Amino acid sequence: MDAPRRRSLRTELGALLGFVERNFYLTRRYLGWEVVFLFYTVVNTLTIAFIGVTTPGEAGPKVLYLVIGALLWGYLSVIFHDVSESVAWERWEGTIEYTFMAPIHRLTHLGGMCVYAIAYGITRSIIVLTVVAFFFKLSLSGANLPGALAVLLVSSIAFIGLGLMAAVLPLLSTERGPQATHIMEGFILLVSGVYYEVEVLPSWLRPISVLSPATYTLRGVRAAILEGAAMRDLVGYLVILAVMGLGLIPLGLAVFRMGERHAMKAGKLKRHG
Amino acid sequence: MTWEPAVTCTAVSKTFYEKDETLAYLPEYRGLAGRWRYARLRPRAVRAVDGVSFEVRRGEIYGVLGPNGSGKSTLIRLLSTLLEPDAGEMSVFGLDVVRDRLAVRQLINRVSVEAAFFKKLSALENLRYAARLYGLAPREGTEKALDILERLGLERRKAFVSVENLSRGMQQKVAVARALFTSPVLLLLDEPTTGLDPRSKREVQDFVLEVRAFHDTTVLLTSHDMAEADRLCDRVAFIDEGRLRAEGRPSELKERYGPNGAGTLEDVFLEVTGRRWPGEEDED
Repeated sequence: MDAPRRRSLRTELGALLGFVERNFYLTRRYLGWEVVFLFYTVVNTLTIAFIGVTTPGEAGPKVLYLVIGALLWGYLSVIFHDVSESVAWERWEGTIEYTFMAPIHRLTHLGGMCVYAIAYGITRSIIVLTVVAFFFKLSLSGANLPGALAVLLVSSIAFIGLGLMAAVLPLLSTERGPQATHIMEGFILLVSGVYYEVEVLPSWLRPISVLSPATYTLRGVRAAILEGAAMRDLVGYLVILAVMGLGLIPLGLAVFRMGERHAMKAGKLKRHG
Repeated sequence: MTWEPAVTCTAVSKTFYEKDETLAYLPEYRGLAGRWRYARLRPRAVRAVDGVSFEVRRGEIYGVLGPNGSGKSTLIRLLSTLLEPDAGEMSVFGLDVVRDRLAVRQLINRVSVEAAFFKKLSALENLRYAARLYGLAPREGTEKALDILERLGLERRKAFVSVENLSRGMQQKVAVARALFTSPVLLLLDEPTTGLDPRSKREVQDFVLEVRAFHDTTVLLTSHDMAEADRLCDRVAFIDEGRLRAEGRPSELKERYGPNGAGTLEDVFLEVTGRRWPGEEDED
């Protein structure tokens, strides 16, 4: 028996594309759900934006401030959910054993999930932003949109790292794991200044906001869109987010591998229901 | 047939720890709310596989037979690299299933009792996904799979229908095609024909025999269908309560354990386990 062939980078990229393609097919098959979810997100963003209209002072910047918060939170939630629920979802579909015994590196598997999540999240955000901008006649003429996009993309890396850590929860607990990811997500929502400046947080909670990548993402994107900050002014945010991402991805992957090993020992790598 | 070992399993054991909810109703837990009662339960050890040793030779069809809950599926999952043994060693063509996990995964594929698919996707979409995972070009993989499906008696147009709209038999045929189009050197079949009608069962069995005859594929099959094992397997092992009870060629075992040196594999099972057939326990 000859030794198995070493898998090339091309093969791994092909497998990564397999996850992207599979998720695209699934989105297409669940298109009805997608439309409903998108409608809800648009309405939710509009509702939040109206809070800006009702407060005293010039409405435009306040509306945009809130819209950015809602949009970014929607985008980051999509990435976080898609990555963190990759295990729970496969378990629900009954495909978890097939996927986990495939001859691919775990990085390829999770990388494929992340690439699709980013593409899906950006597409959704653009649709929602277009509708909301049309609704409130928001002007983005002075905004540095490429700068905002750069912050968004770099922040995605850090959020993928957090998502990988959250993805381990459904591996450890088949029933409670998926719910536990919401606790992590909710905490990030609280401390990151999505709809308010972190300065309004109680003093004991404020230091935690420093650790959340969402804090810098929101500041960076708001600076780019509301103040038209140039790329050089965004470098600080980009560096912090890149450093966080470079630390969180290997950490998330290591945590996931430990969880996978534990699941193999405990017999939890199997379908549920 | 050569005698190169394809699978070597030496003194392998696997124990699971699970909470038995029925124990929560014992007097010692009385007075506690349901949730707390369950939380205080101590997990009990369930030895799914207990010191099992066997060897599968290259090119043979080896059957692991036993009732529900006997440890067959656990053995398959150990070989599939989805579980790690607590003790003992397992290797596939000399590669350790724990240390050389990724290399082993390149050699194997599996059909499980439940066809594991994304049910909303068509058979073809599921097969394209599988092709990419196993390093095949999607078109090449799809053509191979369609060819296999046709030979298994599945109409071509059915490949474009959501898997959820296919019958159980059709789904199982797609699962067989998915496992075979990657040309695995070791094919793990975990009760592949359970729930199929006699015609579908026969078509899948014929295809397994064809694969063995024309490809360099070793097959490890678990089943509690004794007639199927008799038809397909070169050698069989009987496993019960996680332990290997008997092993040999079906004809040898029937001669050794059957009434008056004859009988069926079912007679052999009754003799070697001393239990009623089929078992009433839950699936492991």
